[in-house]
Amino acid sequence: MYDTLIIGAGMSGLAAGIRLAYYDQRVAILERHTTIGGLNSFYRLRGREYDVGLHAITNITPKGAKTGPLARLLRQLRMRWDDLAISPQLGSEIAFPSARIKFDNNDRTLRDEVAWVFPREADRFDQLTREIVEYDDLGESHANQSAREVVGSILRDPLLVEMLFCPLMYYGSAREHDMDWGQFSIMFRSIFLEGLGRPAAGVRLILKHLVRKFRSLGGELKLRSGVQRLAVEQGRVVGVELESGERIEARNVLSSAGWCETMRLCDDGQPVIGSRAPGQLSFCETIATLDCSPRDLGHDRTITFFNDHDTFDWRKPEEPCDLRSGVICSPNNFAYDTPLDDNTIRITALANFDRWNTLEEPRYRLEKLRWYDRIAESAARFVPDYRGHVVDTDMFTPTTIVRYSGHENGAVYGAPKKQLDGRTHLENLFICGTDQGFVGIIGSITSGIAMANMHCLRA
Amino acid sequence: MNAAEIREEVLDILADIAPDEDLSKLDDNVRFREQLELDSMDFLDIVMELRKRHRIQIPEDDYINLASMSSTVAYLEPLMKDIERQNA
Repeated sequence: MYDTLIIGAGMSGLAAGIRLAYYDQRVAILERHTTIGGLNSFYRLRGREYDVGLHAITNITPKGAKTGPLARLLRQLRMRWDDLAISPQLGSEIAFPSARIKFDNNDRTLRDEVAWVFPREADRFDQLTREIVEYDDLGESHANQSAREVVGSILRDPLLVEMLFCPLMYYGSAREHDMDWGQFSIMFRSIFLEGLGRPAAGVRLILKHLVRKFRSLGGELKLRSGVQRLAVEQGRVVGVELESGERIEARNVLSSAGWCETMRLCDDGQPVIGSRAPGQLSFCETIATLDCSPRDLGHDRTITFFNDHDTFDWRKPEEPCDLRSGVICSPNNFAYDTPLDDNTIRITALANFDRWNTLEEPRYRLEKLRWYDRIAESAARFVPDYRGHVVDTDMFTPTTIVRYSGHENGAVYGAPKKQLDGRTHLENLFICGTDQGFVGIIGSITSGIAMANMHCLRA
Repeated sequence: MNAAEIREEVLDILADIAPDEDLSKLDDNVRFREQLELDSMDFLDIVMELRKRHRIQIPEDDYINLASMSSTVAYLEPLMKDIERQNA
């Protein structure tokens, strides 16, 4: 009998596992795949190391900072700031046809850029920032207020509004067109006021650190252990059945599989969709390895969020990919002590899961090549054209995301409606991770910690 | 454990929870929250550490006693005595 079984060895499951193992619970993490990682993961291909998910870690506050999500998370995991070996970004930008705004880990930069590009909005932008700083993110009152309404009532220039929404939606909005005001405030702080960074070794460093810590505390990691079924009796999970047929008992089950995905596992006939629509927003990402550094080509931005018209459309596209906007990330453009071995440009674009899912081989392969070229062409409108320097490429689509993360529709940010308290219809089944409410690396780790604390430690 | 030893133990727990904090200037009569940047998650950790190290169960209604060092020591002293008696 385990105290807690955790489904999924991604960021949230590992973080929850560390908390529980640290306080002497008998805990196991069940992972379907042969290795750790979920929506954030890593792989090796033709001798090169690649990251999935992570462009940058948000919420980067300097070493020694005592407040903010990063400091809180390090304390909870008993980790030191240096364990994550984070290097700060060089600087990012939001690029629209009629304006560009730069930002970096000094919050004055964005403020000054806004004042320079939108002089009449400067005071109102300060007012917006003040309201965001005052928003209480531990109050659990993610006020179901429309961020577009709140921001629109403070700022007057619609172009500035669209430009501010673009990065925040790309980095974490499960909802089409709009965000909750609470989510907007959390994302604004984490990206614009705190900042971006990355370990030189990428996401693998964080995941490996988490798994090492979990195991050193006595936690068990069971790979190739996909959960087939949650056996339910009288409002409780009484056992977990693995795909192998093995049955395991536990007092509590904490699932990072996603809301609908977890409901589907319950054998009590619980409606899977019900009032909660699954997420629809998915991505394609192209990855190009270059024969020179992006900076040699005149590209020094860490992340470029681009949009080719003055309104920003955050919706599931009709086409396989939406070429009108995207995120260009250069993992090289962080302030590392020593340069990375590989030179890389990654471009992320909104994608339609159904359009990719209905393709059969070899058509799927062909379409991947086609859309790779189109996405790269689209990005070359906003950054120096790197296409003559490409020595290797890779690409993922929404179906790749489903295969490796199990998230329906390849919805990277999960369902639009979050379950902030992590509770389900069963008294000892809880969810953590993307569908609980927080996204990104820091968000998912925080989710695992918070749900473990609230449901598995306190009792 | 006498009061001074309990104080040392609580300091050790705080050092574990907040390794970057300078605890040498801690004022025993001022609330932790006002000098240490601790949030509700950290307070849960003080409780959990006491349970892990000394098998002391602190009900949620009593968390209020852990506000400052002096109130924590005063609250823990009789509890520690009870536990030592049970173990004796």
